[in-house]
Amino acid sequence: MDHLEKLEAQSIYIFREAFYAVDKKKLAMLWSFGKDSTVMIWLARKAFFGRIPFPLIHCDTGLEMDEVYAYRDRYVKEWELDFISQECPPLEETDPTLPWAARVASRKTLGLRQVVEQRGFTAIMAGIRRDEEGTRAKERYFSPRGADNSWDVKEQPPEFWDQFKTDFPPGTSLRIHPLLHWTEADIWLYVQRENIPMVPLYYARPYGAFEGRDFGGQMMRFRSIGEKGITWPTPSDADTIEKIIEELQTTRTSERSGRPMGADEDESAFERLRAAGYM
Amino acid sequence: MKNAMVLTTCPTPLAAASENRDQLKIVIVGHIDHGKSTLVGRIFHDTGSLPEGKLEQITAQCKKRGMPFEWSFLMDALQAERDQGITIDTTQIWFKTARRDYCIIDAPGHREFLKNMITGAAASEAALLLIDAEEGVREQSKRHGYLLHLLGIKQVAVVVNKMDRVGYDPVKFDAIVKEYGAYLKSIGVEEFTFIPISAREGDMVVERGQYLDWYDGKTVIETLDAFKNLPAPTEQPLRFPVQDVYKFDERRIIAGRIESGTLRVGDTVLISPSNHTIRVKSIEHFGGEAKSVAFAGESVGITLEDQLFVERGNVISHEAHPPALVRKLSARLFWLGKNPLVKGKRYKVKINTAEFQAELAEVRHVIDTDALGQHVTEEVARNQVAEVVFTLRGLAAVDDYNELERGGRFVIIEDYDIVGGGIISLKGVIDLRSGSREVKSSNITGVDFRITPEQRALANGHRGGILWFTGLSGSGKSTLALELQQRLFNKGYQVYVLDGDNIRQGLNADLGFAPEDRSENIRRVGEVAALFARAGFIVISAFISPYKEDRRRARACAPEYFNNVYIKADVATCEKRDVKGLYKKARAGEIEEFTGISAPYEEPENPELAVDTRTQSVEESIAVLMEYVERQFVSPVKELTNQGGI
Repeated sequence: MDHLEKLEAQSIYIFREAFYAVDKKKLAMLWSFGKDSTVMIWLARKAFFGRIPFPLIHCDTGLEMDEVYAYRDRYVKEWELDFISQECPPLEETDPTLPWAARVASRKTLGLRQVVEQRGFTAIMAGIRRDEEGTRAKERYFSPRGADNSWDVKEQPPEFWDQFKTDFPPGTSLRIHPLLHWTEADIWLYVQRENIPMVPLYYARPYGAFEGRDFGGQMMRFRSIGEKGITWPTPSDADTIEKIIEELQTTRTSERSGRPMGADEDESAFERLRAAGYM
Repeated sequence: MKNAMVLTTCPTPLAAASENRDQLKIVIVGHIDHGKSTLVGRIFHDTGSLPEGKLEQITAQCKKRGMPFEWSFLMDALQAERDQGITIDTTQIWFKTARRDYCIIDAPGHREFLKNMITGAAASEAALLLIDAEEGVREQSKRHGYLLHLLGIKQVAVVVNKMDRVGYDPVKFDAIVKEYGAYLKSIGVEEFTFIPISAREGDMVVERGQYLDWYDGKTVIETLDAFKNLPAPTEQPLRFPVQDVYKFDERRIIAGRIESGTLRVGDTVLISPSNHTIRVKSIEHFGGEAKSVAFAGESVGITLEDQLFVERGNVISHEAHPPALVRKLSARLFWLGKNPLVKGKRYKVKINTAEFQAELAEVRHVIDTDALGQHVTEEVARNQVAEVVFTLRGLAAVDDYNELERGGRFVIIEDYDIVGGGIISLKGVIDLRSGSREVKSSNITGVDFRITPEQRALANGHRGGILWFTGLSGSGKSTLALELQQRLFNKGYQVYVLDGDNIRQGLNADLGFAPEDRSENIRRVGEVAALFARAGFIVISAFISPYKEDRRRARACAPEYFNNVYIKADVATCEKRDVKGLYKKARAGEIEEFTGISAPYEEPENPELAVDTRTQSVEESIAVLMEYVERQFVSPVKELTNQGGI
């Protein structure tokens, strides 16, 4: 088995453990239309032989890029997904002590809470990866959350020999991370090998005036896709998958550099967001 | 966290960008403050892997906190950790050399966080173990070395750090090599190397530096590059633990991951523990071409040629090399629970996908990882390593860890939490599969696995049998039966009492007290007792059963299991006790045909055992009975297992 086959087998194993351990009606997966959660869909179809046996949730702020909505409409149909679109509460309902960009992001957390409450989901699968940033590097595949969806990073369950925490007292909610061990480069190598369709924003093109900023026509692309106004393209010539993979071998800027989420103002902002339930 | 830690730069020119390269996971362990995080920082800096602006950011963060430059900020992402200055949880970070990609797992060195160290180390293929040249070998150095060995990590390099603090003195280095090398050898680690370094100054990490010219071995990076990616165990016997069974469409797909070996369409496979054999019809997968073979490491789904009851926890193997079937787990374990692991307590044991209720039968000893002594104890405390025996409710398909790693390890769950992990030894353990008959898969019930009385006896630790108490009302049958049951149960035996209470109300509710009804009553008790005995139980029946003929018929139901026990007390004694006031009523003529008063009691002539309750106390009587049970039911099994031990 090569490196990608190993990653794939591990993710499929986790999907199946989750599906076995969790009440079937209480399991759902997040889909942001980004590269990671779309790779998750791909893996879930493999894990369950073509059909994903649980719903996919998108928490919609109404601020996704236009290309993203177009992509959503096409593939919800094409992949025959059981899809839930959840409207997020307005900015006024977020924690006012967070930096503004983090507040925009935390609307998603509130939206997720709503859908979880309304539909009674106890386990949510999310496509986070350990290499994305430091707090995620400490995550577990099966991560229990407090009653308020909080994450206690100091008291995480042990996880070894592919034995996960799948026993819970009633009322516990759970985050499951089938992509935790993948890196950004792994994702693109897999997208390339499996020929998975991606939102075109990932590929470089010239950007001029864009969402209130003027980039002067330089070649740019999104390395991470988020909301309008808080997510920006970064300079890049990578207009094909091959070039993206090449770029990732030499870049020294971080994946989320176009998406600081307020961490440029307050180094603990993201940690606070995560502890409060942000993915 | 302006710049997240996506460290994906390579100091040397890469091969084709699209290359799907090998990745090696390495764990860095060691005593707290021996320099793990500093070493990681140094590796990243010297290989040019730091992201843009990271160095400046760490400098700024340290300045803000009024502390000297601290490499560990590169790894310790959480504010809580930065404030406390210790790594709390395991974290991972990526870098690459010309040779391959690496995932470094930084495991906490603090004793408190052993579960996190285990979490990190168990995921690794190789390890760097750090020892401070100045402080020397510490307790955690040994504990970590021991646990790496227990977790099966065979590629270990011992990095002696802070050589700058001891003036790069080879004598200091040699002393640690001698002491720690001896320790590793004593616990059975055969291959290891030692590297003297200064992570802070950058000696012998990536560059050799100028102060360690007396050392001619590999640098840290050269050592990492020399480690091997472990091949998937495709050449070992097939183990395919069933993860789930899906019926999304007309296919009934048995899903799981092949832990070891190779599986082909058309193979005849053995299902454990049901012991059925059946042929593999297909290997299913979504997208791409149909597969005819699947190898260790692959998550697959298969269909079978016949309808057969298969469920999660079953283990699929080939007939030639099946796993052992056991009901006792003899294991070495590490304990992470907040509460101690206690003898006699119930836990849940998970072996791959199979779960069992288990009871800790024995703590052989706790292993002192420091001095390597052994302590005899009844319990295992948090962070200790011990050799123990669990008794399982159910038949587990397992391997000896040293033969087949993935079939020979398990975790323990208490109150929803994983509280320990262990590796299984089959040394001296009897495989309960032997003696089982092969059954063709055309029988679809899945339960026709023939279990021999010997197998039940081995599983229970005693033979099944009937203790047929007979004696007058008030002789002490019920008292002794219930007390004996309690004592035997406490010893973990399968035991059950049959008496008027549980028989008369249900099974024999249609019977009265006329002589023919009494006779029928005893006949049925005899049959039920025989069934219990054949099921492996020690069954105690507590009925007056006054007639020889009735007792003869009861014996005839299962002569090989039958033990007539005469609970002896004369009428006068019983009448004096008269706990239930029955004798009084009988004397008053209120009860007809009362044994000993108005109906005969035929004394047994040659009982297997007589217990005289007129002259003996309850405790003395119980002692006689216990001794009899041990001799009749337990010793023969011990003799059987002594040939192999269980």
